[in-house]
Order: sequence, then structure tokens, then C-alpha cells
Amino acid sequence: MSSLEIKDLHVSIGEKAIVKGLTLTIRSGEVHAIMGPNGTGKSTLSKAIAGHPDYTITSGDVLLDGASILEKEADERARAGIFLAFQYPSEIPGVSIANFLRAAIQARMAEGEEIDATAYYKRLYSKMDMLKIDRKFTSRAVNDGFSGGEKKRCEILQMAMLEPKFSLMDETDSGLDIDALRIVSEGVNALRGPNLGVLMITHYQRLLNYIVPDYVHVMWDGRIVKSGDKSLALELEAKGYDWVKKELALATA
Amino acid sequence: MKPPTDTDTLPSPAATENPVVGIDQSAGNFQYDVAYEFDAGTGLNENTVRYISSVKKEAPWILEFRLKALQKFMSMPMPTHWATKDLENIDFQKIRYYLASGQKPKRTWDEVPDDIKKTFERLGIPEQERKFLAGVEAQFDSEAAYSNVKELVAKQGVIFMNSTEALREHPELFRKFFGKVIPTGDNKFSALNSAVFSGGSFIYVPKGVKVAQPLQAYFRINAENFGQFERTLIIADEGAELTYMEGCTAPKFSTSTLHSAVVELVALKGAKIQYITVQNWANNVFNLVTKRGVAHEDAEIKWIDCNIGSRLTMKYPGVVLKGERARGEVISIALANDGQHQDTGAKMIHAANNTTSNIVAKSISVGQGRSTYRGVVHIPKHLKGCKNNTECDALLINTNSRTDTYPAITVRGDRNYVQHEASVSKVNEEMIFYMQQRGLTEGQAMSLAVNGFINDLARQFPMEYSVELKRLIDLEMEGSVG
Repeated sequence: MSSLEIKDLHVSIGEKAIVKGLTLTIRSGEVHAIMGPNGTGKSTLSKAIAGHPDYTITSGDVLLDGASILEKEADERARAGIFLAFQYPSEIPGVSIANFLRAAIQARMAEGEEIDATAYYKRLYSKMDMLKIDRKFTSRAVNDGFSGGEKKRCEILQMAMLEPKFSLMDETDSGLDIDALRIVSEGVNALRGPNLGVLMITHYQRLLNYIVPDYVHVMWDGRIVKSGDKSLALELEAKGYDWVKKELALATA
Repeated sequence: MKPPTDTDTLPSPAATENPVVGIDQSAGNFQYDVAYEFDAGTGLNENTVRYISSVKKEAPWILEFRLKALQKFMSMPMPTHWATKDLENIDFQKIRYYLASGQKPKRTWDEVPDDIKKTFERLGIPEQERKFLAGVEAQFDSEAAYSNVKELVAKQGVIFMNSTEALREHPELFRKFFGKVIPTGDNKFSALNSAVFSGGSFIYVPKGVKVAQPLQAYFRINAENFGQFERTLIIADEGAELTYMEGCTAPKFSTSTLHSAVVELVALKGAKIQYITVQNWANNVFNLVTKRGVAHEDAEIKWIDCNIGSRLTMKYPGVVLKGERARGEVISIALANDGQHQDTGAKMIHAANNTTSNIVAKSISVGQGRSTYRGVVHIPKHLKGCKNNTECDALLINTNSRTDTYPAITVRGDRNYVQHEASVSKVNEEMIFYMQQRGLTEGQAMSLAVNGFINDLARQFPMEYSVELKRLIDLEMEGSVG
């Protein structure tokens, strides 16, 4: 059982404070959804946890299994078990998905240890079968010329292969039509299990029809202002974000 | 410079199992004492040239050729009106023009002196490859230290030997083609090479013979201030085919070193020559090389040229498309790291109808590294049905790096077809972060990005060379991460 603890986290980009004291603990097996309107710091939260150099953590802490990860470089955090499914994944021309994943797995092995190519491809193909991805897919260059749906499936495939302890999924539903959304969601559901904790960031409730969360949090102006179970998401959809805004205004008044 | 230690020289267990692991390029950083039995001293004048010629026991016509070339060299200005002023920093009087360990090329591995074997080991030539060195001529300083023409190749009538040796043993054949593709006065450095050349390979493939395995040579500069001026001449007779590969690594020294080779290829009717270079010169080497081939009717010449390292490389492999339907191709990869300038490109001279040429050049500039593409494509008005395709792509790894493209495409007449594309791209922070987020270190991420950029070209290299190339890039990129 692993845990990812976010403690009173404050994050800035340049001089601008974006995340303003966010606290949340995720355990293996749990799926947490963070919802909120644009510009409240949802994506910033995920990038800061992953160690993006543009995001400065001004105070607070992030602990993976009780140990702070903030001193670690992005790649060290990744190898420790943090995975970020990007909202806008980068294109890497000339590097096939198969080779990219191979390099990523090799990077997790001890020095002098070589990846077993046969076993690697066997595992890759079984994951692709599970995610219903065509074999030809992995010979394409990473995200190069991919449609929105292909990019997101590529993220899910990487997640499946790298087997993180925690996956931060940043707006996984953005740019997807309903068919692509269904396929990607099926992939995530297939990967759900006792060894994986998920933090799902989304603007829209519709994703949560496909990936049903255990917990829903509403983020507003850099903080979590409301938490609940999946019914909160439905309530939010019915009443809109203005409802939270009004409630918040009442509470602080 | 760190002196080699016993542990350094022990090959890792993996080296014998896996040729990829075996190529240890950090091995460039050392030097062994070799007793140079012949040494022309430093500086260049008529006596230097006479000395070289007499040590090599050359025929009078060669000495005459050399002396004329020396005059030419002395009279020609540095091409700094178009090339970098850095050329002015070469002090020709401080360079050694000839060194040889006084040994005849060896036939078997057992006869190779231990010191030289040690050097090969440090160069990281994998064990299997050392055994595979049959058919390989490995040059140690000016002379071939090891030369063993594989029986199979000799049985086909192929001549593959050191140029010095070939001048003695096959003077008629040599003289017939020597200096014809690249005349002495082609440029200042071809003149220099013509005056002081030593070593290099001579290959003749008889009519209709197809050499199945690539012939290889390894070059290396060992002595400080020592210029290497090899001269290579390859002739593929009608319908013949061969692939030649050269790989270079050099130890790192603080003072400048000059490498100025001349490579001439002749592909007679219907012949095919593929010439592959993967070089990794030390940061202080001036690498000024003239490479050109003549393709006769239906012949094909392909240069695959990969330049990593050196202080300044100037190299524009060319093909003169002399016969109808001749094809020429240059595939060029250049990586300019901090303090390096890769000034590379290609020349395609169309001189017959229905000739085609293809140039694909990719350059990578890292840190303060600078890369320049220069291309010449010439199709005169009276020709028809000629085609050229030129693609130049540049990758910049940070904002300080610089890239320039100077394509000179001269196409006259309306019965010819030319296509030119150029692009500049950057490895951006988001891309590196993306890869780091998957667990790759910053260095690994950059290296993967660079390898991806050249991937379509690297695939054209023979397996072991593309592996070596990848490894070289890995090492270059590791070093470039702050």
C-alpha cells in the first residue's frame, strides 16, 4: 500500500501564486477526481507534483510513501512511481513508441542491467491487446502527427507499461470525441486496481460517467473547497460551478 | 588528461557479449609511447616533401607530383573569403607531416605489436570486430599497422591495400586515376594533401565483381601536433559494387591537430560505390577533407557522412555525374557541440542527361556549437531530364547554438527538375520534461531527441555503425547537460 500526500502545497509560476495551500492524500487503489473551472490551478498542481522546472513550490510538501519528493528531479520522481498523463503530450519525431518505452524501462533498471527484448515485446503486446491497440501503433513516432485520441491512448499505453504507483491524469478527456473518450476510459478502468492510485483532473463531469471516482474534490482559486463522493460531481453538473462560488462566498462572508 | 590505469584497460564482461556495450568512446583520452622510427620533424618545406618521398622509396614521378603540389599549396590563399577565419589559426610550421612506426602492414593479428593492440582495445573496437578485421585495413598513424585482406576478397581479384603500397605494386592503375577526380589545385587543402600524403587505402574492384561485405578502415591520430594526410583512391570497374567504411576516433590533445585527407572515387559504367564515414575527432582537430567521386554511365555513388567532434570540419562530399543516368547521393549528419564548427554539405555536378542526385543533410547544434550547410547543385542549360532533391534539416539544442544554410543551386534550362526543402527545429523544454517524466535523465532525453531527429538517416548505416553512431551521440549529449 502506497500513499501520495500533498500537504498545504503552494505553487507559483514566476511571481504568480497559482496553488494556494492544497492538502490531499491519495492511497493505492483510490481514484480521486479534481474538478474545477479553468484557471483554478488544476494542471499546475499535477505539473508541480511531477517536477516541471517552471513551477516553483513555495511552501508545503509532497510525500511519496512518507518521504518528500520535492528535492528530486522530474525523472527521479517518475522512476519513484509518479506518472503524469499529459493534457498536451509532446511529439518526439523519429522515436518510435516501442523504442521510447524501452528507453524508459531501461532507465529504471540498475546500471549494467540490460532489458530482455523478447520479454519486453511480449509484455508490450499483451498490454496493447488489453487496451485494444493495434500492433502497428508502436512503430509510429511518439505522438508525431497523432490525433487527439491517439495521443491520449499513447499516454495510457505508457502508463500501462511503466506501472506507476500514482498516476496524475491531466484533462485526459480534453479534445476527445465520445468514441475516443470511451476507449480511453476503458483503458484507464482496465488499469485500475489495488496497486494504482489515480488523481484525475477534469473540467467536465462527463469523464466521470466513464471512470467512476471514489472521491470528488472541487478546486477553486488554488484550493480544494469541497470534497465528497461521486454524487458531488453530479450535483456540480446540475448546479454549475457558480453554485460552489456562491457557497464559498457565503462561507467566507 | 587522466593516465590509463590497469582497470581502465580491462574490458567489461559485457564488452565481449555485446558489441554495443563494447564501444567505449571515452577511450579517446590517452596516448601511448610509440617509437617513431621515421619522423619528418615539424614544419613544411621542400625538404619535408623530399624526406617523405625518400622514406617511402617513391618513384620520381610521385616526388615531382608532390613538389608541384607543395608550390600550389604555398601559392594558394586561405579560403577565408567564404570560410571561417578560424582557418588562420592553423600554424603549418608547427605540424608534423610524416610519422610512421616503420612497420610493414601486418598480415595476422598475432604479429601486431602489443602497444598497438592495446590502443585498439582502448579505442573500443569490439572483440568480434577485431576478429572480423579480416578485410580491414586499420591505420595507426601514417602507416597501416594491421592489414589483412580477407582471402575471399583477394580471390575475387579485388586489390585492397595501403596507398603507399599500391603506388609501388600497381603504379599504372594508380597513376591512371590518381588526382584525376580531385586535381591538386582543387583547393588549398587538397594541394597540401597532394604534397605530403601518406597512408589511406587503395581499392580496385574488377569488372562485374560485387564485394559482399563492407571493407573497413579505422583511422586515428596519435602523436601531438601530427597531421594525418591519408589519400584514398577507390576504383569500381564496370558493373562492380562495393561498400567502404571508415571510422575515426582520436585522442584529445591541447594543441591543434590537422587532418586533411583526399578521397577519390571512380565508378565506371554501371558500378556502385557506397562510402560510409563515422568520425569522432578530438575537439582540437581541424578536419579539412576533400571527397569526390565520378559516376560514369548508369553508375551510382553514395556518400554517407557523419561528422561528430573536431574543432572545425570542412567537408563537402561530391559526385560528378559524368555519364547518362548516373546517380549521386549524399547523406550527411553533423553534430556541433560546444566550441565546434561543422561546416559540411554536398556537391552535385550534373554533366550528362537524365542524371539524378539526392542530398539529405541533418545538423545538430548543441550549446555554443555551430553548424553550417553548404551545398552546390549544378545543372547546365544544355542538359535534360536531370533531377535533384535537396533536404536540409537543422536541430538546435539551445538558444546559443547557431546554424546557417548556404545552398547554391544552379539549374539552367527548363527540362530539369529541382526540389529543395529546409527546416530548423528546436528541442524544447516541454519535450525534455515529457521524456524526463517517463524516467529518462535530461541527458538521455536529449540524446533520444537527437537520435530521433537523425533516425531516418541512421537507418541507412550498416548495423554496427548505426549502433556506434547512437553511442557517440549518447556520449556527446551526456556531456552537454549542465
